[in-house]
Amino acid sequence: MKRRKLDPAEATANFAKGVDDRFQAATPLRGLLNKVFPDHWSFLLGEIALFSFIVLLLSGVFLTLFFDPSMQEVAYDGSYLALRGTEMSSAYASSLHLSFEVRGGLFMRQMHHWAALLFMASIVVHMARVFFTGAFRKPREINWVIGVLLFLLGFFAGFTGYSLPDDGLSGTGLRIASAIMLSLPVIGTWLSAAIFGGEYPGELIIGRFYIAHVLLIPGILLALISVHLGIVFKQKHTQWPGPMRTNENVVGERMFPRYAMKQGGFFMAVFGVIAFMAGMFQINPIWNFGPYRAAEVSSASQPDWYVMFMDGLVRLMPNWQIYFGNYSLPPLFWPAVVGLGALFTLPMAYPWLEARKLKDTRSHHLLQRPRDNPERVGIGMMALAFFLVATLSGGNDVIADKFHISLNAMTWAGRIGLLILPPLAYYISVRICLGLQQHDREVLAHGVETGIIKRLPNGQFVEIHQPLGPVDEHGHPIPLEYRGWVVPKKMNKIGALAPAVKGFFYPVEKPAEAPVSPAPITSSKREEISSKR
Amino acid sequence: MTSDTPARRRARVFSRRRGAPSRARRRIGAAVRMLAALALAGGVYTAFAPGAFAEDNTQLSTAAQQGKELFDQSCITCHGRDGQGVADRGPSLIGVGSASVEFQVGTGRMPMTRQEAQAEQKKPQFTPDETKQLAQYIQEIGGGPEIPSGDLTENLKTNPEALARGGELFRVNCTSCHSFTGAGGALSSGKFAPSLHDATAEQIYAAMLTGPQNMPVFGDNQISPDEKREIITYITLQLQENKDPGGIFNLGGYGPATEGMAIFLVGITILVFTSLWIAGKS
Repeated sequence: MKRRKLDPAEATANFAKGVDDRFQAATPLRGLLNKVFPDHWSFLLGEIALFSFIVLLLSGVFLTLFFDPSMQEVAYDGSYLALRGTEMSSAYASSLHLSFEVRGGLFMRQMHHWAALLFMASIVVHMARVFFTGAFRKPREINWVIGVLLFLLGFFAGFTGYSLPDDGLSGTGLRIASAIMLSLPVIGTWLSAAIFGGEYPGELIIGRFYIAHVLLIPGILLALISVHLGIVFKQKHTQWPGPMRTNENVVGERMFPRYAMKQGGFFMAVFGVIAFMAGMFQINPIWNFGPYRAAEVSSASQPDWYVMFMDGLVRLMPNWQIYFGNYSLPPLFWPAVVGLGALFTLPMAYPWLEARKLKDTRSHHLLQRPRDNPERVGIGMMALAFFLVATLSGGNDVIADKFHISLNAMTWAGRIGLLILPPLAYYISVRICLGLQQHDREVLAHGVETGIIKRLPNGQFVEIHQPLGPVDEHGHPIPLEYRGWVVPKKMNKIGALAPAVKGFFYPVEKPAEAPVSPAPITSSKREEISSKR
Repeated sequence: MTSDTPARRRARVFSRRRGAPSRARRRIGAAVRMLAALALAGGVYTAFAPGAFAEDNTQLSTAAQQGKELFDQSCITCHGRDGQGVADRGPSLIGVGSASVEFQVGTGRMPMTRQEAQAEQKKPQFTPDETKQLAQYIQEIGGGPEIPSGDLTENLKTNPEALARGGELFRVNCTSCHSFTGAGGALSSGKFAPSLHDATAEQIYAAMLTGPQNMPVFGDNQISPDEKREIITYITLQLQENKDPGGIFNLGGYGPATEGMAIFLVGITILVFTSLWIAGKS
């Protein structure tokens, strides 16, 4: 009897065939795995947010296993001596238990908090990339709006999480939140009473915030992130202009294997950086803050960085109280309610505002270099300058103390800076963009400076330029058209030096021929990638 | 002649003469009466007034005399002769007590470099012995609060609750300026609450007792000596000792401001370079 030899390759193929016979998975899967993603470092910034969100979900689940969202007063009897015997809420006691007694609990808490800061930071960086390259233009406006909403949701997720341990800092933040609610005209008192279940702080808020923090907000975040990615998938990722890249195709790498490998590796890197920071740097040492008591407010009580701009705006607002008969509108209303509202609605409306101004109704799949739209860069820098001044003002007491500046001077510097710096940033960045544009065109018209100075028979010195394209009968370069991509400006970039030195950040081997979808007609040898449907 | 003005009646007490006194006699009488009144008022004042003058002649102890010499060299410009203060330059030191001197001079805040919002802590200009002598001098000329002798921290073996009680008192009384971690904080117009991380038990006690610079006084009827010792125990045994878990660096204990800086300087920076690296490997 002949024994059948087990061939692993054949077995796998048989298994896969069996699956396909039953589920007809091969065709859609082939389309999925062959989907092409353009490759550029700046396209990976959004992934940092996605991956830190995954870390947030994982570490958050761990924390819920030990956290008790109750405001019942207990006497602490854990291992932290400096609080033993102190009356505190169960929420705070369980956070201390999580930090000191649960194995790995403090590390997980710190990972969760650092991941939250990284999530918000990478959203801002990603948002800046999308904005400055014009990736929000038609057809991607809705995805831009979803992105802004994701920041807003992250803002609330962070704030509710910051409030949960019920330590001194959380309570101070909550007090400010309740003050902001109270500043709303007409509905303020009712809103605050409804959320806190009566007068602040009440006994319900931790339980309510807990549900918001572990279920409602993450649920909406997860849904919106899925939609965000789904739209990117459907509309395809934007790409930089360049050789063979048009508004109708996508040049890049297939999802499988290379792109998936890279993303997997990047996830590990993000995870590693968060774990590194959680292991090295202390964050939110709740045991120092003590249980929340309304009478105890520490100096340097700040919100996390992504809320700090609001704190800064509140600090900078002059105390202009407006009276309407028996009613008053507190100054807090303007920065905290109107300010926050404007800072989220204006960016959301920006894609349509810009399209309307430029009368641009076309779809754009090629990115713009920031210099090619100076107005947009100016507006973006203006917004960033505003955000930066507001954020720094949120920590102005720490800056004043550590750099030996008067706090009053910091406040006034913030007030003046908030008005002066954004227009200044606009002007400077527009000028820089125009200068860069001009230099690009200069090189396209005259060629690259070679650094060779030639002396003519009449004694005149001229600098030799290397033309980038064809020349006319006098040897003068024929001006080239700007294609929206990097113009080589050094001789090394056009091969003056024999094989360029390969660095850490540059490919060591010759770049593989990138597949194109759909394939350009000129290249007949190129394999066309399609879903074979 | 027989007018019954009160003056005339009083005059009769001294002289039974019915006739009008001569002009010269009236003048002398008034002067004598004025002198008598002044002597009486002066005598009463001397008898009841506090002993500032009275101590002028008391003998200073040897240490105080040495302190006086130091004072007359280094402090008199601003604080004046006998520590009575100079307008717009330095306050009177009568009644500030030795605790105040030991704090201000012992931490290098006095002598001051220049007049500004608040004296900076710097390298002390006097040795501990000289500081004690100065303190003794100020104590002897004006009295005031003194740092008690004995241990200023509680023993946690015999009194383990002191740490938690001290923490609670610290959060109620101290954190609003010195912050939760004792890292210090800003006050208005260039004033500040300093970091507590290098303060000794004596300095903290003296500070609470005398309220140096912009700090309020926490007298013994506000925070009892036992409570002061508990606060000191919390600061020196909890905040100053590195008992703080959570990594190797606490980012200065300045709260979310430095944490936000760290996520950009460390987290975002590393990951942007990582993305450059990954995208470079095409």
